[in-house]
Amino acid sequence: MPGNTTKTFAWVPLLGIILLAGFPYFSEFFGLDYYTGFVMRLMILMIIVTSLNFLLGYGGMIALGHAGFIGIGSYAMVALVEAGITSVWLLWLGATAITAIGAALIGLVVLRTRGIYFLMSTLAFAEMVYYVAVSLRRYGGDDGYILSTPLTFGFGFDPMDTNTLYAVVLAAFILAFAFFNRMVDSRFGKTITGIRDNPVRMQALGYPTFKLQLQAFVIGSAVAGLGGAMMMTQNGFISPTTIHWTHSAELMVIVALGGMGYKWGAILGAGLWGVLKEFLPQLTEYWHWPMGLLVILIILFAPNGLWALVSRESATQSGGLFKFIRRQA
Amino acid sequence: MNSLTIIEQLMNGVGLGLILFMMAAGLTIVFGVMDTMNLAHGSLFMFGAYFAATAYGITDSFTLSVLISVALTMLAGAILEILLVRRLYTRTHMNQVVATFGVILICNDLVKYIWGPAPIMAATPPSLSGSVTLLDGLDYPAFRLLIIAVGIVAAIALYFMMAHTRLGMLVRAGASNRTMTQLMGIPVRKVFTIIFVLGAALAGIGGAMMGPVTAVQVGMGDSFMIPAMVVIVIGGIGSIRGAFIAALLVGIVDTAGRAFMPALIAQVASPVIAADVGPALASVLMYVLMIVVLACKPTGLFPARG
Repeated sequence: MPGNTTKTFAWVPLLGIILLAGFPYFSEFFGLDYYTGFVMRLMILMIIVTSLNFLLGYGGMIALGHAGFIGIGSYAMVALVEAGITSVWLLWLGATAITAIGAALIGLVVLRTRGIYFLMSTLAFAEMVYYVAVSLRRYGGDDGYILSTPLTFGFGFDPMDTNTLYAVVLAAFILAFAFFNRMVDSRFGKTITGIRDNPVRMQALGYPTFKLQLQAFVIGSAVAGLGGAMMMTQNGFISPTTIHWTHSAELMVIVALGGMGYKWGAILGAGLWGVLKEFLPQLTEYWHWPMGLLVILIILFAPNGLWALVSRESATQSGGLFKFIRRQA
Repeated sequence: MNSLTIIEQLMNGVGLGLILFMMAAGLTIVFGVMDTMNLAHGSLFMFGAYFAATAYGITDSFTLSVLISVALTMLAGAILEILLVRRLYTRTHMNQVVATFGVILICNDLVKYIWGPAPIMAATPPSLSGSVTLLDGLDYPAFRLLIIAVGIVAAIALYFMMAHTRLGMLVRAGASNRTMTQLMGIPVRKVFTIIFVLGAALAGIGGAMMGPVTAVQVGMGDSFMIPAMVVIVIGGIGSIRGAFIAALLVGIVDTAGRAFMPALIAQVASPVIAADVGPALASVLMYVLMIVVLACKPTGLFPARG
């Protein structure tokens, strides 16, 4: 039962939070300041893949356009900065809201399709966002946009200070993770999972399946937009390459590696991928192939991702009849 | 913008469409029959281009280099199928996407290791580097004509194979009802391998023909991969006929968009806006086309499963 594992390992998240909270002090002490930024990037990535895990794993919406929403969030923030807003809180709120509106419009179209057609439709919209970003010469076009306006947190805090921003990102990460975990256990989350497993039955039971899936799609995508705005705040830079489809695929790979449909799966995947991507290039120029090989081996030997190997959490993956039919085929 | 320009751009579009068809045909058969999504198909295309460029440098014969390239790409496809893809047939699409994404990462590094990170030049054979006068005032590059010819021959050969051979019959049966085909006692495993290698051969021809026209570089297949997927989705998964029509449609729409869109916008808006928006809108056209098609026919133009 999921409940048991949560209780036995209740100290793990707490330990994680303490370690993450203490990390800036640790890195400062050992002169590894650079890695504070690295861990912060990792946490933003974790927020993004947690939202993707919600869509893929719990919602069964295999979308290949998540980077598009990161892009909408980032560029929305650019537009708001250009409009004269400097408060980070307002910028993040605005970026999230604009991404949510974009996701609602896109969702209205893409959610009418299923399976591979859904995947391709989401990809198509992400590519459109990509080309729009390339054509926005006001915001740097192909070269990307460099943030030059100083932003504020209010109360005398400075977002350009790595440790301050780190604390805010850590808080956001904990909140986002808790939010999605509460949501998948809520009535809404269970309904979404129900629609994933059997949309026809859920509709027959009287659930407005399209509306519910649209809501889930908007929530998942809006959080990606928030992640994009956070990336923008940390790096002070956004370029259209962030939106490219290979980036969407990479996010998908991260979720699949860690364990799609497991609460901790995406976090594990992001940690593994982020660390490898940071350190492998320092060792060799040819750092792609070991990652490729690792991806293939994990998929071959742990089809449900790494978390499935260590967890007894009952699989929230769609199973039963569907898997039975696949096995016959 | 006179009629000659339009004809020229139309031919460019058909050429691009036929290259896309060679990519998409393999993809759509593999997807239709094996229900398997192979992102690494673009890597086979890339290998085709590299093999052909290298073979041409050694043999100095274009025909021979294409043949060698196709043979080697088929070999690469067979290795890929036997080592990995075979184990993915019964997995979820998600698993297939992720594992073949891993293959892309490995192939890109492999190519970078063997041929170096810089793009290599695939020379156009001297006999084909000139242009042919098709109409009065319309000179068309001979090599692009060859691309169109090869594409048409490949399409006809594929059509003949699908419609008139036993293998084609098995492919069509598999695409429309896989389980039933298996229950009829078809040696599925062998057929799957043959189909996969056939797809690799087509990707190899596509890559070999495309090499002299574009830069032969790491990841070149990935940029053809998405349009090819757009093609198979528009055409309806598993349908060769659908892929053929959709490929021509996408090729022509994309080329025409790039050629005429900026000028068209310039007529209604300022040249500055046109220069910005034109190329972006042109790049987006094929996605718009796909979404419009899916909105009207959610399983593509010619769904194979019915």
